[in-house]
Amino acid sequence: MIKVKLMYMVLMKEIFVVTANTADTVIKARAGLFWLQKTQTVQDEKVNGEYGLIINGHSLAYALQEDLELELLRTACMCKTVICCRVTPLQKAQVVELVKKYKQAITLAIGDGANDVSMIKAAHIGVGISGQEGMQAVLSSDFSFAQFRYLQRLLLVHGRWSYIRMCKFLQYFFYKNFSYTLLHFWYGFFCGFSAQTVYDDWFITLYNMVYTATSVLALGLFDQDVNERWSFRYPQLYSPGQLNMFFSKRTFVQCLIVSTYTSLVLFLIPWAAMQDSVRGDGKDVADYQSFAMLTQTSLMVVVSAQMFLDTHYWTAINQFFLLGSIAAYLAITFTFYSNGLFFMFTSSFPFIGSARNSLNQPNVWLTMFLTCLLCILPTVAYRFLHMLLHPTITDKVRHKAREEGQPAPAPYRPPPRRVSTRRSSYAFSHSQGYGDLVTSRKFLRLKRRPSLFGRKDSPLVENQPQHYRTITEESQT
Amino acid sequence: MASSYKDEDGHITVSGSGAAAGAGGGSLRSKKPENTAFKQQRLPAWQPILTAGTVLPAFFIIGLMFIPIGIGLYVTSNNIKEFEIDYTGVEMSSPCFTCAQNFSWNGTKPCTCSVPFHLDQPYESNVFMYYGLSNFYQNHRRYVKSRDDSQLNGNEESLRKPSKECEPYAKHGNKPIAPCGAIANSMFNDSLELIYNDPNGTKVQIPLTATGIAWWTDKHVKFRNPGAENTNLTVVFQGTTQPVNWRRPVFQLDSDPDNNGFINEDFIVWMRTAALPTFRKLYRIIQRRSNVHPTLPRGNYTLEVVYNYPVRSFEGRKRMILSTISWMGGKNPFLGIAYISVGSVCFLLGVVLLIIHHKYGNRNNAAEISH
Repeated sequence: MIKVKLMYMVLMKEIFVVTANTADTVIKARAGLFWLQKTQTVQDEKVNGEYGLIINGHSLAYALQEDLELELLRTACMCKTVICCRVTPLQKAQVVELVKKYKQAITLAIGDGANDVSMIKAAHIGVGISGQEGMQAVLSSDFSFAQFRYLQRLLLVHGRWSYIRMCKFLQYFFYKNFSYTLLHFWYGFFCGFSAQTVYDDWFITLYNMVYTATSVLALGLFDQDVNERWSFRYPQLYSPGQLNMFFSKRTFVQCLIVSTYTSLVLFLIPWAAMQDSVRGDGKDVADYQSFAMLTQTSLMVVVSAQMFLDTHYWTAINQFFLLGSIAAYLAITFTFYSNGLFFMFTSSFPFIGSARNSLNQPNVWLTMFLTCLLCILPTVAYRFLHMLLHPTITDKVRHKAREEGQPAPAPYRPPPRRVSTRRSSYAFSHSQGYGDLVTSRKFLRLKRRPSLFGRKDSPLVENQPQHYRTITEESQT
Repeated sequence: MASSYKDEDGHITVSGSGAAAGAGGGSLRSKKPENTAFKQQRLPAWQPILTAGTVLPAFFIIGLMFIPIGIGLYVTSNNIKEFEIDYTGVEMSSPCFTCAQNFSWNGTKPCTCSVPFHLDQPYESNVFMYYGLSNFYQNHRRYVKSRDDSQLNGNEESLRKPSKECEPYAKHGNKPIAPCGAIANSMFNDSLELIYNDPNGTKVQIPLTATGIAWWTDKHVKFRNPGAENTNLTVVFQGTTQPVNWRRPVFQLDSDPDNNGFINEDFIVWMRTAALPTFRKLYRIIQRRSNVHPTLPRGNYTLEVVYNYPVRSFEGRKRMILSTISWMGGKNPFLGIAYISVGSVCFLLGVVLLIIHHKYGNRNNAAEISH
């Protein structure tokens, strides 16, 4: 069982303790909780204070039945803290599954003993604590560590960073691929819808594999919005993840709109600039290969600039990968368009001379410059405005971090000395009456099993305590 | 279970294979991750933020930079002189109407027409003569693929056996076509001549240069005649036949041996397919004569057309363009106008953002981070 700081309970306005042996008393007790309010509760009722709920295993057995479990859930969710004590492992799992089923929330269960295994496995995220009670919890969990206090780090630092990285990665990935592909849709209007690609075939092959792969990987691995100390100081930073703010249908549609705009600009500006245009010496610059060169270089610069805007934590690795991608693009392009490769594999490298002949033209560079700025400046303006008018918690903390540098480290508390005791967490032999609970059929999931002990009606109907024959009595019949 | 632990740091040290903790079991393997900056995600990093101090100056600087560039581009473009004349012969009153109407593929006598025009301004320095086509989709996917670059590079094997991409223009009557493919087959073959009508009445033919119109890399690297240098092209191309729509074989494109065969510059210019359905290609260059006389003086001119190229069937248009050139190419006011408008929008946006920042900019105070 997890040891919880009971101090927090003192801050509650009222604490209701529900212990009962029968269903009736549970309903009565629950009615007593809300004598001030209507007994008909609706989902997510407004709570006018801080309540806590303690429920023991016996009561939970009744409360988890189908007609009562929703009430239990609503009540428990309106409380600040719920303590279920003296519960069996199965009941732990049932409580978790109840929340999972009706609340549509992500559940996390943490435990350290073998009796927590079913709960850990039932939850979305299972965390095991290795140590005093053995390794069973660790073996069945998704994450494990050695001390309970590391849970704070898991959630507030690593979990949060993981969510942010994943969302940024996905958003950027969709953006760069939509911009790259939608361009062909616009070009279709001008090439007779013959599916002629705007770019060189080699660029199409290498774009996702080489030119943009490493920088987005670095974004997904190393990005941090605030560092770990600030994450501890402001746990509110965790709420965007709970509210699903960074990647949802809405953000996806936003990303789609931005990509459509980018692809439009990436096509229309070169189209208008190259219309009936020639080089500085009168020769051709509006040919297919030069146009491809212009659009693909503009695309590379635009997606790199977008990556520059998206990354918040520029390690040396990020810088290396981003600049390296652009350098790799230029190196590979000039190599593939060179004389040597053309002579070796003539039909595979038909773009010979295009890079040299188009990239030495000032009007090509001016067109590229205009295209890139026109794609990036709206994003910059929008983000800046958003930060001015509706700063998110992340923006505020980042500004504070920028002004103040590092916050002071958390004060060092020596770890509490633990006396090594081997206390069993199975309570069969402890208090009287616990055995009744375990041997009752409350936690059996199947309904129509032949009664093991000769009883045919549900104990709920009778308000009698249950009687069971002992093993010796059984054997005597 | 053979696991002991120390709980100072909360890390478990597992002793190896639980036997006697003597010499054999003495090797302790720690599960503690290394305390390096890389593994603990503490790499030193630059953390830029969009602040007013970076964004607003950037907008202003970009705005102030773009406007002069745009003005420069626009002025340069305006100083370029360009003249365009459509000679397709669609209207009945057009001089080339009869040629357009009576076009036939098997005609023996080429049809000629003369189109008069007038230049209002004298053209100085080199003047470039282009032919332009409209509604001609040189960027169609099947069309773009229909060529054999190995054959055009002078490869003997490809000369005899053109690639499959050239189909159905690879063979004609059992002989391989040189050059194969749809692009070569549809080569522009009108002949254009310029005649200046002197005020005295004499007609002066303006000299047109036919070389120096293709890219250097195209002429010297990409396109090569098969066979060794200085061999008779008629001999080299024996066993092949000309493309179906051509009136002359490829080795009779020009009498100049440096401009004959695959390295004929008109051919090279045509083979460099255009990106858009309306395009212009360099046809001839009118070299400047001297600093005193303009290359093309003001006055009346006549364009003599040998009308070989049919465009009426796909509603295309043909035109002739005379243009001077500057460092930014031909006459294209778009870039200048775009720069001026983007620069002014940027500057305005900077002003607007500055106002908004002044009025509402203090919402990032830490005091408002609610707990």
